Amino acid sequence: MKGYGRAVAATIFLIGLGTLLAALFAALPFGQAPMQVGQATAVVALPETGATNIVSAILLAYRGLDTLGEVTILFVAATAAGMVLSGAGRGEAQGAPAGFILRVASGLLFPFLLALGAFIVVHGHLTPGGGFQGGAILAAAFFIPLLANPASPLNHTVAMVIEGVSGAAFIAIGAAALFGGEAFLTPLFGTGTPGELFSAGSLPLLYLAVGLKVGSELAGLMARVAGEGGRA
Amino acid sequence: MTDAMLLAEALGDVLYTGAIGLILLGLYAMVVPRHLVRIVLGLLLVQSGVNLFLVAVGYRPEAAAPILLGGQAIGPVVDPLPQALVLTAIVIGVGVLALALALVVRVKDVHGTLDSREVAERMAAETGDSRLMPETAPGRGAAVPAREMLEDRS
Repeated sequence: MKGYGRAVAATIFLIGLGTLLAALFAALPFGQAPMQVGQATAVVALPETGATNIVSAILLAYRGLDTLGEVTILFVAATAAGMVLSGAGRGEAQGAPAGFILRVASGLLFPFLLALGAFIVVHGHLTPGGGFQGGAILAAAFFIPLLANPASPLNHTVAMVIEGVSGAAFIAIGAAALFGGEAFLTPLFGTGTPGELFSAGSLPLLYLAVGLKVGSELAGLMARVAGEGGRA
Repeated sequence: MTDAMLLAEALGDVLYTGAIGLILLGLYAMVVPRHLVRIVLGLLLVQSGVNLFLVAVGYRPEAAAPILLGGQAIGPVVDPLPQALVLTAIVIGVGVLALALALVVRVKDVHGTLDSREVAERMAAETGDSRLMPETAPGRGAAVPAREMLEDRS
């Protein structure tokens, strides 16, 4: 019975927690939650920012500082993972090259993934998607060839330069609003014509910076976890 | 009661039950198994459950996605704020997950095992600190001799 004590205790605790959560959720009628901020934002977001994707408008215009913090957390996590994995002689490439199909397919996929990622990044203020989602696809474009052929290393220096420049660009765009007497990260350049590619002021620029930063960061991070650490 | 309301109610039950189930399953996976990768996967499940709950809270009956490509909203849209919050949570979750996996890789490098109890035993033997020793380890309470451990690690 000794080995099961932990499982029994955990089960009892989880039954209690489940009951508590169910009681809390039951008090929250589905589809009519008492939240006003989101609905109010949905009404004013398009006239105020010019972005047709309201989630992007919230993420970059209304909660821009939160997004900066989010990007910072991702940066810290990537740096910490790099530090944890560097040293200890993990420099050697691990694993043999993958089979013929995976190697050829990864080469074929690369330009399409790059185009799709770039499309999703630059249309983030118009359609579903944005810097984070497109950045993840860009990272996948660089990571899949690495999976197919572990011997070909990712250039960590280039990734770090892109990451640093795009991160600085995000802050610079935010700081540029200060010169106009506005608050940090206030959208610039007016709203434009909603629905067009060049609209919503500085939001697409911010998303471009986020996309490049997330893409280079995730690619570097995954390459490290995959066993390419100690190269940077 | 219209059909849409009935549908929303059923949908709400499914989504809330799923969110609670994911959270509980993830917590169980974090507490009971001793394999470190399973503990990390449990963390991922808890994150998914919380994200599902947050998005579900923003549901509005017969509402469209918060994308106003036609210029103006035709009808009601779902709450965009939880979606933006969940987008943030997903990205941070990826960062946390990568960091956790990096730590797991290091644990495997240094201790040669992914069993959390074995790692604790080795650390207890190495430092001579009996507080690190797992309490319920029948038959395995004896510390691994330091010499044997060094050979193991080389």
